[in-house]
Amino acid sequence: MDAFFLPLLGGMIIGVSTLILLLLNGKVAGISTIFWNFCTSKNIESALFIIGLPLGALIAYSILGVSQPTLPSNTSLILLAGFLVGFGVNRGSGCTSGHGVCGIGRFSIRSIVATLCFMASGIVTVALFGVNP
Amino acid sequence: MTSLVALSSGIIFGLGLAVSGMTDTAKVQGFLDLFGNWVPDLMFVMGGALIVSTIAYQIAKKQIRPVLRNSFDLPQNKTIDQKLITGSLIFGVGWGLYGLCPGPALTHVLSQAGLLFVAAMLVGMLVSFQIKKFI
Repeated sequence: MDAFFLPLLGGMIIGVSTLILLLLNGKVAGISTIFWNFCTSKNIESALFIIGLPLGALIAYSILGVSQPTLPSNTSLILLAGFLVGFGVNRGSGCTSGHGVCGIGRFSIRSIVATLCFMASGIVTVALFGVNP
Repeated sequence: MTSLVALSSGIIFGLGLAVSGMTDTAKVQGFLDLFGNWVPDLMFVMGGALIVSTIAYQIAKKQIRPVLRNSFDLPQNKTIDQKLITGSLIFGVGWGLYGLCPGPALTHVLSQAGLLFVAAMLVGMLVSFQIKKFI
């Protein structure tokens, strides 16, 4: 029960976020694209959305009592993985949110292909290199 | 008003990521560890998000415009090209190596490791942006 309840609830909360951004503002909740717009065009709405992300997580940890995960502190791995994630989402025009949640939600074949690709390479990567210690 | 919606949407998204477990690198890698100690929990994150987002996009199809703007701003590109495929494959490698995708990374931006990841991510985006012009 607990194993899937919080993931399902959290997923639905993510869905609600995409719903209000779409139906009220007419925008796709694709985080890599919003972050790119925030960095390159100083768009105020993108900035507010990005600032909201750590705030929302903070509410979950400090008010709702969700246990706060700490990140593994392997600097070279962080730099390599961060670079590959940034390079890949820019080249592929989207990440887990834009392709995986919004794109599949609007039945975009392009997004379904992208999601299958990053899921497959993620699975192969963990199979080859294992998990963080 | 659209600014307030953007901020609220970001807060709700961050809340959802934290509640779902997507901000925990161990859970994400456990989910991707299909051939090892597979932890299926995060499948429900995608499922839960898709239930709601699919409803949202079906409602949007029937609307002429969003509540606060004159038109929807949706991606028009439908071509499946090598950039989409190679980019997504490379993203997956980075995701699997450390267990963070962009949204969860940004929720961690107040920690040293999170900030470092986000900085590296931005560098990767900028390099890709330049390379994309040629290949």
